[in-house]
Amino acid sequence: MANPTDYLLAVEGLTVSFDGFKAVNDLSFYVDSNEIHVIIGPNGAGKTTVLDLICGRTRASGGSIKFRNKELTAMKEHQIVKAGVGRKFQNPSIYDDLTVFENLEISYPRGRTVFGALAFKRDAAVRERVAEIAEMIFLADHLDQRAEYLSHGQKQWLEIGMLLIQDPELLMLDEPVAGMSVNERKKTAELLNKIIQNRSVLVIEHDMKFVEDIAHRVTVLHQGKILSEGSMERVKNDPKVVEVYLGH
Amino acid sequence: MTRTSQSRPRGRLFGRIDGDVAGILLLAALLIVVLPLGLDIFRLNMVGKYLTYAFVALGLVLCWGSAGILSLGQGIFFGIGGYCMAMFLKLEASSPEATKIQSTPGIPDFMDWNQLKALPWFWEPFHSLTFATVAVVAVPALLAFIVGLAMFKRRVGGVYFAIITQAFAAILTILIVGQQGYTGGINGITDLRTLKGWDIRTDEAKLVLYFVNAALLIGCILLCLYVRRSKLGRILVALRDKEDRVRFSGYDVANFKIFVFCFAAALSAVGGAMFTLQVGFMSPSFVGIVPSIEMVIYCAVGGRLSLLGAVYGTLLVNWAKTMLSESFPELWLFAMGALFIGVVMVFPNGLAGLYQQFIAPRLRRPVAGRADAAAGVDAGAPIIPPHTAAD
Repeated sequence: MANPTDYLLAVEGLTVSFDGFKAVNDLSFYVDSNEIHVIIGPNGAGKTTVLDLICGRTRASGGSIKFRNKELTAMKEHQIVKAGVGRKFQNPSIYDDLTVFENLEISYPRGRTVFGALAFKRDAAVRERVAEIAEMIFLADHLDQRAEYLSHGQKQWLEIGMLLIQDPELLMLDEPVAGMSVNERKKTAELLNKIIQNRSVLVIEHDMKFVEDIAHRVTVLHQGKILSEGSMERVKNDPKVVEVYLGH
Repeated sequence: MTRTSQSRPRGRLFGRIDGDVAGILLLAALLIVVLPLGLDIFRLNMVGKYLTYAFVALGLVLCWGSAGILSLGQGIFFGIGGYCMAMFLKLEASSPEATKIQSTPGIPDFMDWNQLKALPWFWEPFHSLTFATVAVVAVPALLAFIVGLAMFKRRVGGVYFAIITQAFAAILTILIVGQQGYTGGINGITDLRTLKGWDIRTDEAKLVLYFVNAALLIGCILLCLYVRRSKLGRILVALRDKEDRVRFSGYDVANFKIFVFCFAAALSAVGGAMFTLQVGFMSPSFVGIVPSIEMVIYCAVGGRLSLLGAVYGTLLVNWAKTMLSESFPELWLFAMGALFIGVVMVFPNGLAGLYQQFIAPRLRRPVAGRADAAAGVDAGAPIIPPHTAAD
């Protein structure tokens, strides 16, 4: 195996405990460049907690998270974002009172300081980039619409678009197709396959069909630990996985 | 398809400027032409006093309306601004000649009554009008910065923040009342006479100060409008609704909250200084919890999402307060309570919300062709649809 520091993301010995309960226990895994890595596992396995730890929302009790050899565990949330890690929340987390355009514009990586934001100009570069992303996330016709009035699936796409406009090297998605119609799900898989050029994606997902469609590598979590890891094919046939998860 | 979606917001932007400017011009006409023509100097001076609270209400529109940070301690900043101005005026009124009957001439009378023998060090720089003017804005902004830094960096927010600001308002009142020799105590700083030799107690001075106040208020509205229309304004709305999303889009959220809190504090302080100039004194009764909450009510009645709404709300509530307390003094507090309940239960977006809901659509009907572009535009005028309010 290659030296871990060659990986885009190297999680090693990651542990976090809430009041003595170890939600994530001595977890290690690696994400390669241009890889779609999916984390699956039963409820309470600690999947979302892993994303929270990587993006700095939760502080680790032990272990390390290295992103391009930079230690993330000591960095603040907005610094982690600037380092190139984007994260989508489980429930669509968008700004209801703003238009689709404004939602995307806020995520545009410029003018992120107080005075930078005051002086920010909506110039051609911004408009073009927003239009380009909107096209990609199927919302080009909705730029002036208040985000509140989008459908659930469109909201999910909008949030993915808000991450794409930041052009992160690592994109983390928490259940991106939950609650989507079959058609929307298909489009989302299409979208994900389109956007993984030049970046890595870490996905949490329950929908096995969807995971099979997109995953390059799968990690199965159970009670905060890795139960199995590898290709979907391998994981599916792992008796341990079948017992705790797939069998149900 | 991309092209149309690009050009549409631009068209809407122009529409919005029209609406905002129209609203501001209307207010300016009311303040600068209609009221001075229609009211005697006593009533006009009273309106001038009300308008000083409108500065606080403007700050609350940004801080509370846009960013969702409810401060129940804006009286702190109003008061400090007022005190900074009062300190300068008091020193000018306490020349050795004017105070020669005191046991220590040359210091403010209340210090003499409290057996102080010399001017305290922190009063010394207030001999300078320049220093006092800078201090009016800088001291409250600095205090807000420290409070904001301590609270927002630790992610204290919501109700907890409101309670803490209230505690600060109580602390400052107690401090001012307790340190009588340095602050004038419960009576405040009274008997202010001249500003650089210009007697501020005359009717002419009151008229001039009224116009200065009105012009400053219009200036502050324009400044607030600029802030709300900048990306910063949209970020404030975004963090009100989805703070985590903003944080994980690469923003240090606390800095934005600190900024808007400081900005609101500075606005309040300008109002406080104008209050001192027009009313001729400053006392702790404008600093504490009760006045701070009253200021929130002005803003809530007018509409916490609308700059102009907040100004009208302030005028209206204060006018009602004066009328009621002149005729039925015992009823005022009940009326105020009822008003607040009414706002919360029946019209949560205040007068501006009612305007937006019932009046604006009627005004818009004749220009039906532009109805879409104009949606939510009459903005400067009381706006409400949260989208426009955002800008």
